[in-house]
Amino acid sequence: MTEPLLAVTGLRKAFGGVAAVDDVSFSVAAGEIVALIGPNGAGKSTCFNLINGQLAPDAGSVRLGGTAIGGAAPRAIARLGVGRTFQVAATFASMTVRENVQLALLAHAGAQHQIGRRATTALAAEADALLEQVRMARFADQGCATLAYGDAKRVELALALANAPRLLLMDEPTAGMSPNSRNRMMQLAADLARQTRVAVLFTEHDMDVVFGHADRVIVLDRGRIIAEGPPAAIRNEPRVRAVYLGDDEA
Amino acid sequence: MNRSLRLHLLAAVAALATVLSPAAAAQPIKLGELNSYKTFPAFLEPYKKGMDLALEEINAAGGVLGRPLAIVSRDDNGSPGDAVRVAEELVTREKVVLLMGTFPSNVGLAVADLAKQRKILFLAAEPLTDKIVWENGNRYTFRLRASTYMQTAMLAPEAAKLGRKRWAIVYPNYEYGQAATQAFKKQMMALQTGGIEFVEQAVPLGKIDAGPVVQALADARPDAIFSSLFGTDLARFVREGELRGLFRDRPVFNLLGGEPEYLDPLKDEAPVGWWVTGYPWYAIDTPPHRRFRDAYQARYKDYPRLGSVVGYSTVQAAAAALRKAGSTDTEKLVAAMKGLAFDSPFGKVSFRALDHQSTMGAYVGRTALKDGKGVMVDWRYADGKDHLPSDDAVKAMRPAD
Amino acid sequence: MTLASLLAQLLNGLAGASSLFLVAAGLTLIFGVSRVVNFAHGSLYMLGAYVAWTSVAWFGRGPVGFWGGVLLATLVVAAIGALVESLLLRRIYAAPELLQLAATFGVVLIVRDLTLATWGAEDLLGPRAAGFAGVVDLFGRATPTYELLLIVVGPLVLAGLWWLLVRTRFGVQIRAATENRALVGALGINEARLFTQVFALGAGLAGLAGALQLPREPANLGMDLAIIAEAFVVTVVGGLGSITGAFLAALLIGLVKALCVVVGTVEFGGFAIAFPKLTLVAEFVVMAIVLAVRPYGLLGQPAVIPATTPVAEFRALIRPPGRRSLAAALALAAVAALLPFTGDEYRLILATDILVLAVFAASLQFLMGGGGMASFGHAAYFGLGAYGAALAFKHGAPMAFALAAAPAAALVGAVIFGWFCVRLSGVYLAMLTLAFAQIVWSIAFQWDAVTGGSNGLVGIWPAPLLADKRDYFWFVLTLAGAALAAIAWLAQTPLGYALRGSRDSALRAEALGIDVRRTQWMAFAIAGTFAGLAGGLHVFSKGSLSPETLAIPRSVDALVMVLLGGLNAIAGPLLGAAAFTLLQDGLARATDYWRAVLGAAILLIVLLAPMGIGGALQRLFARGAR
Repeated sequence: MTEPLLAVTGLRKAFGGVAAVDDVSFSVAAGEIVALIGPNGAGKSTCFNLINGQLAPDAGSVRLGGTAIGGAAPRAIARLGVGRTFQVAATFASMTVRENVQLALLAHAGAQHQIGRRATTALAAEADALLEQVRMARFADQGCATLAYGDAKRVELALALANAPRLLLMDEPTAGMSPNSRNRMMQLAADLARQTRVAVLFTEHDMDVVFGHADRVIVLDRGRIIAEGPPAAIRNEPRVRAVYLGDDEA
Repeated sequence: MNRSLRLHLLAAVAALATVLSPAAAAQPIKLGELNSYKTFPAFLEPYKKGMDLALEEINAAGGVLGRPLAIVSRDDNGSPGDAVRVAEELVTREKVVLLMGTFPSNVGLAVADLAKQRKILFLAAEPLTDKIVWENGNRYTFRLRASTYMQTAMLAPEAAKLGRKRWAIVYPNYEYGQAATQAFKKQMMALQTGGIEFVEQAVPLGKIDAGPVVQALADARPDAIFSSLFGTDLARFVREGELRGLFRDRPVFNLLGGEPEYLDPLKDEAPVGWWVTGYPWYAIDTPPHRRFRDAYQARYKDYPRLGSVVGYSTVQAAAAALRKAGSTDTEKLVAAMKGLAFDSPFGKVSFRALDHQSTMGAYVGRTALKDGKGVMVDWRYADGKDHLPSDDAVKAMRPAD
Repeated sequence: MTLASLLAQLLNGLAGASSLFLVAAGLTLIFGVSRVVNFAHGSLYMLGAYVAWTSVAWFGRGPVGFWGGVLLATLVVAAIGALVESLLLRRIYAAPELLQLAATFGVVLIVRDLTLATWGAEDLLGPRAAGFAGVVDLFGRATPTYELLLIVVGPLVLAGLWWLLVRTRFGVQIRAATENRALVGALGINEARLFTQVFALGAGLAGLAGALQLPREPANLGMDLAIIAEAFVVTVVGGLGSITGAFLAALLIGLVKALCVVVGTVEFGGFAIAFPKLTLVAEFVVMAIVLAVRPYGLLGQPAVIPATTPVAEFRALIRPPGRRSLAAALALAAVAALLPFTGDEYRLILATDILVLAVFAASLQFLMGGGGMASFGHAAYFGLGAYGAALAFKHGAPMAFALAAAPAAALVGAVIFGWFCVRLSGVYLAMLTLAFAQIVWSIAFQWDAVTGGSNGLVGIWPAPLLADKRDYFWFVLTLAGAALAAIAWLAQTPLGYALRGSRDSALRAEALGIDVRRTQWMAFAIAGTFAGLAGGLHVFSKGSLSPETLAIPRSVDALVMVLLGGLNAIAGPLLGAAAFTLLQDGLARATDYWRAVLGAAILLIVLLAPMGIGGALQRLFARGAR
């Protein structure tokens, strides 16, 4: 059997003696969409930051396509094909939407330090194609700082995809959106991922989004995995209901 | 040759026009003046007054070469770059016949070099740096005040007479203080046979940390002290030193310490018994000085400072040069300046042809308290010409024109 | 050196530290709450000394005159602080953070001249402190009782501030505002009032410090600039916004300085090192070391990295210059090329100065606008370029080679200093650039044999071919034009975008595989190189240079020019340089009080055009085009 795209084994990270992530192991296969859920402070964001390189793990390993990436710098991990979106959309505020994507494409091509050409004429067609994919083409010339929140999140998705990632990490991709746009946003991400066989790992508070789009769900509580399985099974898992869904469903 | 001939022709035509046209006769001769007025106001406000007084006197007496004198003044912001810019403005736009003024040494040197490049006379009024007439001397630059070397040479013989072995030296950490320290050490070693040793404290200009410095000097247990501090640094040093007993039973020599600009702010805390160079305006009763002082006090209801004498003498020197040259032509002015003698409040002063240094001296004496103010007593006038190195030594330092 | 002398010197160091702490405490309070880099804090300190002197002149040298004067100075300066805040700073909080620096610089100029007009030029020696005029014997040495008093005052003020911050509602508000600005609104705090109060408190501390300095130093016009750099250093070494940190930093710096004096000249294997000379830069060396080890000072909090920049100025959309800009630039260059034919030689000299300063400002704008990295020590690269060219020339290199040495020398400096600086951010980064600049300055200042020491070097004139002012002007026009075009071009390239991206969102840039530090490092190298070129052109146009070429005022000039011109406007550096040069030149001739008028002009520009002259013009044209 081939190794899964992302393999996390025995991951551990403590802050001031408190374990935020404790002995976490899971894997994500290419083309699979996995949701990482849990109450606030369960360790989801820490988990993300460990995989993406913003934090170095205290113990355990993170392997991407067989390569150990635990503790590497975010930019190095990005170069290995990991795309990422943030809880608060991280875009380049002083640039237009198209320029945002152009810079992402330039970085992907390793051309981010070139000084022999204009950035605004580079890879414009490719940028527009990506914007088309996230349905943002008509905003291409608008400044990113003036976008509506949901639109900024779409741009961010385009930025993450510009990297032609093998793995897409999405930290609460729909936070702050209306219920309608949440589903549209997640549907968009899921479709793109399935088309390109990108593995997706995302965190999410909205259970409709989770159960509607994830192939598999991992439940974290106080830094540990307490349940893992297909959405239907997780929905009925008593321990999950107790710690997490309890109030919602009772 | 051709070009200079043409210039001469032009000058001749201009002179002719001046003679023929009564309107042109009133055209003033412009002297370009630049100084760090806002950077060193305590010295330069009296300087400006002295300058204006001289100007008024000269013009009241009919001006120079039949024309009134005018001074076009600029602030050089205490910066060599700005000084060069305003000097260029004076030369190109105001068409001044010479440049004069400047206070800090770096500004003086920068303008001196511009004078050489631009071939215009520069009469450096205040900068004390030895280099302006020696290592960096040039054909177009002359300097009025007694230099660091000269003033140190006025004090060193007195210091050597005391026969002290261990000297503490404190100085502001820039060229003036370094040069004074170097000159003092050199002259002391030449004057005093037998072992003599020095401990030094260099303090950042205007930012002396007086407590630690005084403490360190006291701990070095010197027999005597030589200081080239002035202004705020001097005031802090004096107060802290008195408090901590640094000056008890120790002779102290302080360059410039008797200048009213630096002595007067100390009021009743002025040190007593220090050897200083300075300017006892209240006690000099030579006819030229009495005349100057009376005129100054009548004009400004204030007493003259050393800066007043410098400003006054600078303008008098410039006027004398114009008279002697009989022209505003730079080359003629330069020729006139060499060996030019003129009357300053300190008496006859001349610019040496050898190195363009004036022989203006300074007063050497000891400090005392009188009516709650610092004064100089037991003073004498030290003529500048007696406190310069040998001609051969000067020639060896100064590049050929 | 004996133990007793060491202990006595430590006491001196503590006294120095105490008075330094009082100034820095106010500065750090103000910065913590309002994020204002208050350049005028030294001026407030100076005013404190003058007000106390006046009180003594009115009420005598007794306790009423002196201690009443200390109180009066504290209150008067606090009121002045409140006035400055409510009349001036409040109007520009929404503007780019550093614009306040330009505004407070204007205040410095005005206060300096007002003080001169009010109290005159002569140093004003104050009395010894009533009740603390004598000495006591400690370690066998006469120790002034006033020093001992100061040693106590520092911790007392620290304790007072601590009580205020921890035990009062006002203090809670201050801490909330310092730690999280968003909280201010959320807690229902009246922000305007809080800012005014904090500014008054900080200013009052500066006034107190100035008044307490009077027994140690005559009130004089140099007090403002003499203290301000040191106060900033203490604030940053302690960690911005941390009062206790400022106290520790003041102790550290006070003791290091006292030790430099006490150690004296020491021989190390044949080399004599005069430690007292180090007092010139001791605080900056301490700061460089502390920041290299602790990027947020001794007790500062690391800033949270935002997903995208919160700075309004950096969120504004920047359009690449279009054909019209290009045409305007070419037309301007063509007109400028005709300038020599107008016959006024001085106009050429001014224009040359403006061009040189425009390149200098543009290099800073590239770093500060494009890269979001403010440099308070940009003069270092200008000066390295100037010294590089001058030294090469003095050692016989022809002008062309000497001029090439200018950017090369600055590049080396920028690569070394930049490597350290890009590890920091915000004001810490800016202050580290200042530290490096001051270290370079002190080397130029002290190394007589090579740099000519404080006098500098003279006789650096252009080759005969360019000796004529017209020819040199065309030469500068060509090189400066090319440099400005190159900097504008770089901003349009992928590197320029990667740099701006790193400014907008370091998080996103890294997630895209962009090495933010390396990109910023490259920006340092580029900015340094162009600043060095400007320095080289400068030295050949002036014929001489001295350490002031790389001193703090030149760095401040660069900042002011960039801010006046506009942080983002492509024509900003040229406009800023022109405005600054022409104002200074014209005003200096028009009035004796040109500093105050220049300060007022800066305030006016800042208030009327907070996005700079370039920003205002852009808006005007955009409106016209619509």
